[in-house]
Amino acid sequence: MTKSKLFDRNPNGLIKHDHNNDGIDRRGFLQCMAWAGTGALCLIEGGVLKSFAFGSPKASEPKSDKIGGLTFVQISDSHMGFNKPANPDVVGTLKAAVDKINALPQQPEFILHTGDISHLSNPEEFDTVDQILKGTNKEIFFVPGEHDVLNDDGKMFRERYAKNFQGSGWYSFDKNGVHFIGLVNVMNLKAGGLGTLGNEQLEWLEDNVRHLKSSTPIVVFAHIPLWTIYPEWGWGTEDGAQALSYLKRFGSVTVLNGHIHQTMQKVEGNVTFHTAFSTAFVQPAPGKAAGPGPMKVPADQLRSLLGLTDVNYVQGRHALALVDTSLA
Amino acid sequence: MKKTWLIAGSSLFIAMAIAALLVMVHPTLAGGAETKGSGAEVKVDNFTFGPDTLTVAVNSTVTWLNKDDIPHVIASNDGLFKSKALDTDQEYSYTFTKAGTYAYYCSIHPKMVGKIVVQ
Repeated sequence: MTKSKLFDRNPNGLIKHDHNNDGIDRRGFLQCMAWAGTGALCLIEGGVLKSFAFGSPKASEPKSDKIGGLTFVQISDSHMGFNKPANPDVVGTLKAAVDKINALPQQPEFILHTGDISHLSNPEEFDTVDQILKGTNKEIFFVPGEHDVLNDDGKMFRERYAKNFQGSGWYSFDKNGVHFIGLVNVMNLKAGGLGTLGNEQLEWLEDNVRHLKSSTPIVVFAHIPLWTIYPEWGWGTEDGAQALSYLKRFGSVTVLNGHIHQTMQKVEGNVTFHTAFSTAFVQPAPGKAAGPGPMKVPADQLRSLLGLTDVNYVQGRHALALVDTSLA
Repeated sequence: MKKTWLIAGSSLFIAMAIAALLVMVHPTLAGGAETKGSGAEVKVDNFTFGPDTLTVAVNSTVTWLNKDDIPHVIASNDGLFKSKALDTDQEYSYTFTKAGTYAYYCSIHPKMVGKIVVQ
């Protein structure tokens, strides 16, 4: 797969390499993108991902399976405190995300926030986000983005969101038979490098999953993508591959990241990688601008390029469905 | 012959010293980097340092000015200096009192790297 194919945007969220006409992407790549209010629904079953555009006849299939299981939402990159032309109202768009969550027909049990809660690590920024997210009335699990650990090596972040967690704030928990692992890859970054987990965290991870059955569905979440999307812009994690090597034996692994302010998806064997929308501002597609900075889009399009990810796990099927929903 | 060589060597040494002095006074001769005597600026824009290599004289103060909509942190690779997060239009200065090459980067966007050469 070449980079250009990987980054081709597919407005319908349809499979691009369906050689057997069975809905399975044999080449292991597809993107589920939600542009201009359209959506794509991806169902992971036994590590194989299927995708349907909203409105297609098959799109209703997974809904009929919503017996038991587990539903949660991922939000990311709130950047509270950001006030530049790319979005002068990050409070308004985060509130819109809360409204979207509260309007979901199947209410999530909890929320994952994959970092860059704040823009400048100021306590008032964290306070504002906490206050707005209270409107969901849900338990929220956080991992830090680089904007959350700016001036104190993440001390304030740990005190607020990761008090009883390991090292710089990594942890795991179990919900309805799914094992969740929150990782920190924004600390101690080295000149010229990418995101970093570090040896201490890698050792912890290896030990953390050792006792689990291979049939346990795993969800890993971290701020910077654990897979290399575009190293020229630092969109990847140096030792992400090593972390994933500890998860090879598991039948269903879902990796949820933020940082790049756009949805992107890749499937490799039993591992599905997915990045979420930001709730704050848009960043350019890899290599499509001189740099990765905030991108101003027409005001009437902004909310169609911001959003959240709704994840549904159906018990007994080891299946996780990922749906990107825009704020439009 | 030997003596002549020594004289030639001395002349060469003097010529090199003059050349080095010229580079210090006219920094544009040193590969496009710039010096402004006691102060010089690096512009942080579009996730790059401009210029990425800056040559200054000893005791020069270098100022980094952030022109991005995203904060950056200026940090030397060896831990000698590190700024707080610089938001848009904020700046950070450091005075280099010893000759040498100082590699630095943005500690939150580590792909951004630069060098200050102090002569």
